[in-house]
Amino acid sequence: MKTLKNRGLIVLILLAVYPFNSQLLGIAPDDSLVVKWKDINVFYDDNERCLICHGEEYYTLSDTVAGVSQIRNMFQDYFVNREDYYDGVHKSFSCTDCHSSDFIRFPHDVATRLEPRYACIDCHGYDENYAHLNFEEIEVEYNNSTHASVENFSCWKCHDPHSYKLFASEVADVGELVLYDNNMCLACHANFTEFRLLTDREEINVVSKHEWLPNQVLHFESVRCIECHTQISDSILVAHMVLPKDQAVKNCTECHSANSRLMSTLYKFESKEKRGNGFFNSIILNRSYVIGASRNIYLGYLSLLIFLGVLSVIGIHIFFRVIKAKRK
Amino acid sequence: MSKGLYLYPKWIRLWHITNAVLFLILIVTGISLQFSGQDEPFVLVSFKTAVSWHNGAAFFLTLSYVVFVIGNSVTGNIRHYRNNSSTYIQDLLKQFNYYRRDMFRGEPHPFPVTEESKFNPLQRFSYVLAMYAGMPLLIISGILLFYPGMLPRNIFGVSGLLITDLVHIATGFLLSIFMVIHIYTCTLGSKPTTLFKSMVDGYHHDDH
Repeated sequence: MKTLKNRGLIVLILLAVYPFNSQLLGIAPDDSLVVKWKDINVFYDDNERCLICHGEEYYTLSDTVAGVSQIRNMFQDYFVNREDYYDGVHKSFSCTDCHSSDFIRFPHDVATRLEPRYACIDCHGYDENYAHLNFEEIEVEYNNSTHASVENFSCWKCHDPHSYKLFASEVADVGELVLYDNNMCLACHANFTEFRLLTDREEINVVSKHEWLPNQVLHFESVRCIECHTQISDSILVAHMVLPKDQAVKNCTECHSANSRLMSTLYKFESKEKRGNGFFNSIILNRSYVIGASRNIYLGYLSLLIFLGVLSVIGIHIFFRVIKAKRK
Repeated sequence: MSKGLYLYPKWIRLWHITNAVLFLILIVTGISLQFSGQDEPFVLVSFKTAVSWHNGAAFFLTLSYVVFVIGNSVTGNIRHYRNNSSTYIQDLLKQFNYYRRDMFRGEPHPFPVTEESKFNPLQRFSYVLAMYAGMPLLIISGILLFYPGMLPRNIFGVSGLLITDLVHIATGFLLSIFMVIHIYTCTLGSKPTTLFKSMVDGYHHDDH
C-alpha cells in the first residue's frame, strides 16, 4: 500500500514537471523537424520523456500539494539540444541505450545519477564496423596522455556523445575543423569554472601562455591546439596522446618546413588524397598557407634556373672583360 | 684635379646604403623563412630570429622607401627617372649592345653621364621598374602578409595568403636578381671600384 502511495507521488511529480511553455519562448521544434527526427530515430517518443525537460533550457518545477511552481534553468551540462542530438553520430539511439531506465524516476536518485558511464571503447572497441577508427589505439593513447591522470576525466569531457559528429575526416573547410576542435580544448582550458571541476591547478591564461607565438591570432585560427600538444600518431585519425605542457612543440620549424608536422596532423585527410597532385606543392593545399611549408617545387627550380642563368651571363661577361684587359 | 660631377647628394647616398643593408637582411631572412627546416642548406638564420629580423627590416625599408619617394619628388631627383627620349627602344638596345659587344671593342659609352642625365637608358628602365613597380608591390604584399586579416580567405578557390605570398616571394626574388645585376654593372666603371666610390663621396669619377 505504501509502495503504491509512493508510485502515485512519483507520477504526480512527473506530471508536475513539465517544460516551461516553450512555444511562448519561440523555441518549440518545428513540426517538420519532428517528422524528420521521427524518421531518424524510432525511439523519438521515448526520448521525449527525457527531453521534455533535458531538451529545454527552462523547465517548470511544481509542487502540486503546496500549489507552488517555479521556472528553473536547465543546468547546461544536462541540457541536450534536439537538433544537435538528431544530427550527431548517435542520432538513432534511445536515451536508455546508454542511461539507466531508473532515470524515469524523478527526482533522479543519487545512485542513478552516479551510474558509471560508458566510454567510447565500451561500444566501439574490438568491433570490425569501427576498425577503421581504431578505438583500441585511441584508448592506448588516451591512457598515456596527461588527461588520463586527471581524476573523473573521461571521453565525454571533450566529446559530447549527445552532439558528437565525425568532423575531422568529413569537413570540407579546415577552418571549421580548427574551430570545432579548439572549442573542445577551450571549453575547459579557457573556462576556469569547468577547469576547476577537474583539477586544483591555477587558472590558465591561454593568450599569455602563448605570447611567444608570432601572429598568435592567426595561429589560433589556423591550427588546432593538438597540433603542438599531442604526439603525432600514424595509426589513428586524430592524435589523443595529450603531452605534458613542457613537451609541447615550441620549435617553429616543426610546422614551418618542407617536412611539416601539419602533414601528419591537420592536413592528414586532405593530403592523403591530394598529395603530389597540386601545383602548390605536395605539402600544403591550395586553401592553406604555411610559411616554409607552402613551397612550389616548379617555382623553386625556375628561380634557381634564373639565378644560375644570371650568374652565368655575369661570369661570361667577366671572362671577356679579363681577356680584353689582358690584350691591352 | 677636379673631383668630377657631384651627382649623389648626401641624402641619396644615405638612403642608398640603408636600402642596400636592409635589403640584404631581408634576402637572408626571407630565404631562411622560405626554406626553413632543420636540414635545409639555404637556412642561414633560425626561423624565430628570421621572423623578427625580417619584420623589423621590412618596417625600416618601408620607411626608407617613403623617404626615397618624397626626397626624389622634393629635390627634383625624379627627373633622372623620367624618359624624355622619342627613341626609347632604340636607346635601350644601343645601351644593351654596348654592354654586350661595343665595350669590348673599346667603343665610347653611348650615353655619357651628365648633370642632367646621370642614368643610361637601361639604368633608367630598370630603376623605374624596381623602385616604382617592384618596391610598392613588395611592400604592399609584405604588409598584407603581416596583417593577414586584411586578405580575402579565398581568391578563385586559392588561399588569399598563398597568392599574396607568391607575389611577395616572386617580387622579392626579381628584386634580388636586380640587385645582383646592379652590383655587377657597378663594376663596369673605368676601374671595378670607381662607381662604388661615387656612392661613397657623391662624385662621378669616370669620364663617361
